[in-house]
Amino acid sequence: MNDAVSAPALQVVGQRPIRPDGADKVTGRANFGADLRLPGMLTGRVLRSPHAHARILSIDTAAARALPGVKAVVTAADFPEPGNQAVEAGEGAATLRALSENCMARGKVLYVGHAVAAVAATSADIAEAALGLITVRYEVLPHVIEVEAAMAPDAPLLHDDLFTKGVTPRPSAPSNIAEKISLGRGDAAAAMASAEVVVSGRYVTAPVHQGYLEPHACVASAGADGQCQVWVSTQGHFAVRAMCAGLLGIELRDIRVTPAEIGGGFGGKTTVYLEPVALALSRQCGRPVRMVMTRAEVFEASGPTSGCVIEARIGANAEGRVLAAELVLKYQAGAFPGSPVGAGCMAALACYDIEHVAITGYDVVSNRAKVAAYRAPGAPMAALAVESCLDELSLRLGIDPIELRIRNAVRPGAKAVYGATFREIAFIETLEAIRNHPHYRAPLGPDQARGVACGFWFNIGGESSAAVHVDEAGGVTVVSGNPDIGGSRASMAMMAAETLGVPIARVRAIVADTSAIGFSATTGGSRVTFATGMAVVQAAGKVVDDLRRRAGLIWECPLDQVQWQGGQAVCTDPSKTVKPLSLAEIAGRSARTGGPIAAHASLTAQGAGPGFAVHLCDIALDRETGRPTVVRYTAAQDVGRAIHPSYVEGQIQGGVAQGVGWALNEAYLYDADGRLLNPGFLDYRMPVASDLPMIDTVLVESAPNKRHPYGAKGVGEAPIVPPLPAVACALSRLVGHRLRELPLSPPVLLQALDQPGAAG
Amino acid sequence: MSKQRISCTVNGEPVEFLAGASQSLLDALRDELGLTGSKEGCGSGDCGACSVTLDGRLACACLVFAPEAQGRQIGTIEGLAQGGRLHPVQQQFLEHAALQCGFCTPGLLVAAKALLDRNPDPTETEVRYWLAGNLCRCTGYDKIVRAVLDAAAQLRAQEARP
Repeated sequence: MNDAVSAPALQVVGQRPIRPDGADKVTGRANFGADLRLPGMLTGRVLRSPHAHARILSIDTAAARALPGVKAVVTAADFPEPGNQAVEAGEGAATLRALSENCMARGKVLYVGHAVAAVAATSADIAEAALGLITVRYEVLPHVIEVEAAMAPDAPLLHDDLFTKGVTPRPSAPSNIAEKISLGRGDAAAAMASAEVVVSGRYVTAPVHQGYLEPHACVASAGADGQCQVWVSTQGHFAVRAMCAGLLGIELRDIRVTPAEIGGGFGGKTTVYLEPVALALSRQCGRPVRMVMTRAEVFEASGPTSGCVIEARIGANAEGRVLAAELVLKYQAGAFPGSPVGAGCMAALACYDIEHVAITGYDVVSNRAKVAAYRAPGAPMAALAVESCLDELSLRLGIDPIELRIRNAVRPGAKAVYGATFREIAFIETLEAIRNHPHYRAPLGPDQARGVACGFWFNIGGESSAAVHVDEAGGVTVVSGNPDIGGSRASMAMMAAETLGVPIARVRAIVADTSAIGFSATTGGSRVTFATGMAVVQAAGKVVDDLRRRAGLIWECPLDQVQWQGGQAVCTDPSKTVKPLSLAEIAGRSARTGGPIAAHASLTAQGAGPGFAVHLCDIALDRETGRPTVVRYTAAQDVGRAIHPSYVEGQIQGGVAQGVGWALNEAYLYDADGRLLNPGFLDYRMPVASDLPMIDTVLVESAPNKRHPYGAKGVGEAPIVPPLPAVACALSRLVGHRLRELPLSPPVLLQALDQPGAAG
Repeated sequence: MSKQRISCTVNGEPVEFLAGASQSLLDALRDELGLTGSKEGCGSGDCGACSVTLDGRLACACLVFAPEAQGRQIGTIEGLAQGGRLHPVQQQFLEHAALQCGFCTPGLLVAAKALLDRNPDPTETEVRYWLAGNLCRCTGYDKIVRAVLDAAAQLRAQEARP
């Protein structure tokens, strides 16, 4: 497995070829979720709750059904009542019941925007008119939005049957706290008492949306024989198949899901919202149904990630060695259990080797949209608290912030609090890359300050399938089962080309539907280049073995005397005077050597290798308006080995931009009735081109992942972790005191500048 | 609702279609003319994914009523490549890996070309402000800005050639 890592020269891996799907995406030919048109296709629309919390007394759909052009109407009564079995929902588990009730409210609505009914009609106008004819009688209930308010003993309860997990004895009364998580080692209290310096703080972050530009969209079509097809923009079409099957009581074999091109996801397209509804509508009327969310629906009813409150205490000795850390993390889950607090607890201190640790996490439901995975789910908020504490330590002790982190950093062999033992990691080298970067010593302008922060993400492996087909002229097609969300066709094609020894121009890469390739877990967890890449390399390796066998057959020479070198079979038997056989030559004779050339590989990839990121951020603050401007940004990351460096850089730059938006502007804002005040891009302000500088990247490749044939680690998620603290630390210096609540928007910063203790 | 017959020019070709009074130009392009390259990211003019040119001026097609297209010249992403040859800004997007998911890309390309048609030698700041109406959530804009600057240089070099 490790041969390729030690191989001296890679021909394709590490180059920057144009992505296979590039031309279609710059000419408008690529088909995204909302682009498919089928004959007889209907438009589906969803009726959503205007209340944050209410009992549904009745739903009358008769008038809507009677409207000419309306072909189907569904409510929760049209979905089977599923049990509490767990389903894999992206980067977090959910129950089938919660998933069903989130797609279509049953009994109660739990947030503004919660789906109550849906219609399919011959035009969007008729569908919209039909929604207006549905009468829902509600009994409005008290609601709760904020996490600590939801944890209070007298808070309005969302679920009568929710008892806090992780507490013994089992609580006798239901609560909004779905789970309490405890994680730690050593004796944190005693070690904290012995610390020479202790820093602490209460950190607060707002919920933020993944902000993918493409709204959720799908087309579903149920056939008369019960066989169904779904075309959908998703990170995981196999997961869509499983969820639709579970929610509607259909066999997996009777649903075929084809992934459309996906216009961003960042974790938010790892679950279902519209798909089971569109399928239910189509089953009722026998016609294809297209459903597309509006942007307001995306904000109100999909995503976001948790807002949270984190209490942190970190103690160190005078040399800056951290002795103890105590964290309490309270994460909003939205209307159903399943915040990323578990991952937040595990990732919070993973960068540092700390002997005494006590972490408590709470997963808390409230009357907001159910959260969905968002890039390194749970980790950025935890990093805000931990890295801000380390920043305070470095100021209090007068130790350079990088030096302080090097004194505490995990090294190969270190055991993380969450249990893993790190192998090939390059966190120290990544810290040093930043310390040695010219940016670290560059002078700052007036009213500018610099923040430095680190981040960690686990990365995952998991189940993947791939096939490699060779055509009769020696052309190669790589087939995989993972939607290409940011250039993965390029890395799949490159790894196949490298293994086969052929130029990248000879290789095509496609993403196949659920019936055309073996099971593949969702595109998420930064797993595709690692795990699906392993399947591609394994399938390509099988093709190489087969090509050698065929060459041996042609030459009448034993297999061990046929080598595959530079894309051709070479005979090492000195008694034979045969010319090498190229891939194309062998392919042209395939009919006489055993038939078509193709191989499939399915595997469970293990040993993903975690990612470490160290970021440096210079911010200028306008003291009159409170406007912060990021003026320079440098991001270094332990990437194992970059398969396509441009797309690795792109992942880092994109993660930085999202993190900067999270730190400076983005937030879900609610009114007193629990209604979202800013469900649009004008008021939910994501960074635009003029908000950001160039984002310099440093790819640290000193620790290739030995479990992957070309050394790849996941790279997509770690880069969103450090920006929150890097930005907050820089701005804390500028206002003269510690800023512990995000977003740090201009009004917040103006107020902070006016506070006592603020730097003038 | 009665529909209006609209005649206009799209990417240099005369076209006719039936438009509802409240239909957006974006919906007409996508649903009546089958030009799905222009994308709807918001429907409120905030994201720029539906950027087109209207008589040479950059506009969000979601904010234009379809009947307003009567007699106008409309340019969409489908018209950027000429005779199967990519426009330099399209080519530079590919060379720079300036797209990840590709959903904002058509709008960004239409907007970038509109900039270069007016200003063949923009500064980085000019590019950033011109493209500030086009959201991209994947790239952090770095490679997009570089691609546009390089496309400008390539176009200037082509102009300078005799």
